[in-house]
Amino acid sequence: MTDMTTETLFDPTAPLTASGNLRRRQLVSGLAESAATGAALLAITVLGIVIYAVIARGAAALSWDFLTKNPPAFGSGGGIAPAIVGTAVIVGLGTLIAAPVGILTALYLTEFARGRIGNLIRLTMDVLNGVPSIVIGVFVFGLLVRGHHQSGFAAAVALAIIMLPLVARSAQEVLLLVPGSLREAADALGVARWRSVLGVILPSAMGGILTGTVLAVARAAGETAPLLLVSSIYPNGVHTNPFSSGLANIPVYIFNASEQADPGGFTRAWGAALVLMAFILITSLGARALLARSRRKLTR
Amino acid sequence: MLYGLCVLAALLAVATIVEIAYQVFHGARPAIDKSGLGFLGHTTWKPNDGIFGAGTFLLGTVVSSAMALALAAPIGISIGLYLSLLAPKGLRGIVSPLVELLAAIPSVILGFWGILILAPWLNKHAEPALHKVLGFLPIFGPVPTTGASIFTAGLILTIMVVPIVASISRDLFLTVPSELQDGALALGATRWETVRGVVLPSTASGVAAACCLGLGRALGEAIAVAQVIGAGNQIHKSLFETGDTLASRVALQFPGALSKEHFAALFYLAAILLVIGLVTNLLAQWIGRRFDVQRAVAR
Repeated sequence: MTDMTTETLFDPTAPLTASGNLRRRQLVSGLAESAATGAALLAITVLGIVIYAVIARGAAALSWDFLTKNPPAFGSGGGIAPAIVGTAVIVGLGTLIAAPVGILTALYLTEFARGRIGNLIRLTMDVLNGVPSIVIGVFVFGLLVRGHHQSGFAAAVALAIIMLPLVARSAQEVLLLVPGSLREAADALGVARWRSVLGVILPSAMGGILTGTVLAVARAAGETAPLLLVSSIYPNGVHTNPFSSGLANIPVYIFNASEQADPGGFTRAWGAALVLMAFILITSLGARALLARSRRKLTR
Repeated sequence: MLYGLCVLAALLAVATIVEIAYQVFHGARPAIDKSGLGFLGHTTWKPNDGIFGAGTFLLGTVVSSAMALALAAPIGISIGLYLSLLAPKGLRGIVSPLVELLAAIPSVILGFWGILILAPWLNKHAEPALHKVLGFLPIFGPVPTTGASIFTAGLILTIMVVPIVASISRDLFLTVPSELQDGALALGATRWETVRGVVLPSTASGVAAACCLGLGRALGEAIAVAQVIGAGNQIHKSLFETGDTLASRVALQFPGALSKEHFAALFYLAAILLVIGLVTNLLAQWIGRRFDVQRAVAR
């Protein structure tokens, strides 16, 4: 009888019963621990090497002229002002498209949607997040560029599609942290759902939602693949109209430099990489810190 | 009113994904009609002669991504274990964001660093050493003159996949109830035995989903690969030779496509990429359906 039960029941201790002596087991465990620590160290070392390379080489190119002048037709010197302005316009416009749609979608998912439709839209967002950015570039090319011409607007639409699932996701996370008691209190007072959303829920989650959006901006600012397809032909000099033509931008500038063998171009590209990386690392670190703070505030 | 706006926004998201599929397949239509599924196995790509086949790029995509996953999965999971179970609390707060910063570095900068700094170094030191020791394997063949290779692309992709696997698996391991781990420790298990006996089995499907998402990232990466892989048209046995991937080929040739057929063929490549992307993503959702694996990605 007892034999039967021990044999048929799942035995949770099975993988834990040590085979071999204690010293060997501890040695294996120690090795595994140092391997895990080593892996973490490796990742940080690689991060350090990349950041150091960009700073060391980029700093040589950096100057006031570099940020405010046009690139020369050939040779060294000059700056990347058109690319900085173009990136700002494209990313800004993309954010203006993605933020409202993303936040409204998140509101729909947390406040209104039930059951199947909610799940379908959640799945759509996750799938959209998994579409390779080059495919999004090809899509926007087919939608807006083919038969017309390249434009900064098309680039902004592409970035907006990339940002949309990120914004929606982070907004959703923050909205879910808003205490249910707030909603119930508003309901008990007879407030209509839309008023309680606008007057109670959204204001208390707004800080977290905005920092989540900033995080998505940091992700989109470095996207190159779609811009290469829809905003890689542009006139010289600083331009801000996203509809008339493609706009110069930092990612495509770096990409083009890496495809040519021009040392002057390399130097400027390192400088451009430093500008882009500094923007992205500072905004994403800052947003992360703020996000952690607003989460703590909501969950307290 | 607000409800209507919210529904509209949500529907817009659904419409976007449908429209993406429509546009990409619509653009690929001429090429699909002309060469059908034979396109996938055909290994010649000569835009000047109007001959197009995706075989070389399909193989390059699979090889470089497989290499990236083979390296990134153990490293990423180890980092996840370190961050969730081993690291002292103060250190965890520093190392965790640093690993996530690795994911924040734009691919174009990683590729630029890859071709100017990493590739020459690999070409001079790592590749000759590997060839010397493991040269009997055809994949570690003689070292060519430049560092632009599938090998370099695989390493760059590894750097991109590691933080994805690491941050998702860290979140997964943190959800393992500490009673289970304490129980194992109380029974005399070492830390590693606890990991192998309790932590990994209870999160295995989530970890597999994390690897699947990482693989999807590697398969779809265009820019960094285009910068370091050397845009080769031939299939080589050795990893140290040039090659190309689907995404990289689209990125490199789309801006200067020669003809309607060329465009259609590039659209076809993008369509393959879209299908691969959807399949890996849905597979990851399905494998990891017990966990919320997408959470860490959006952060």
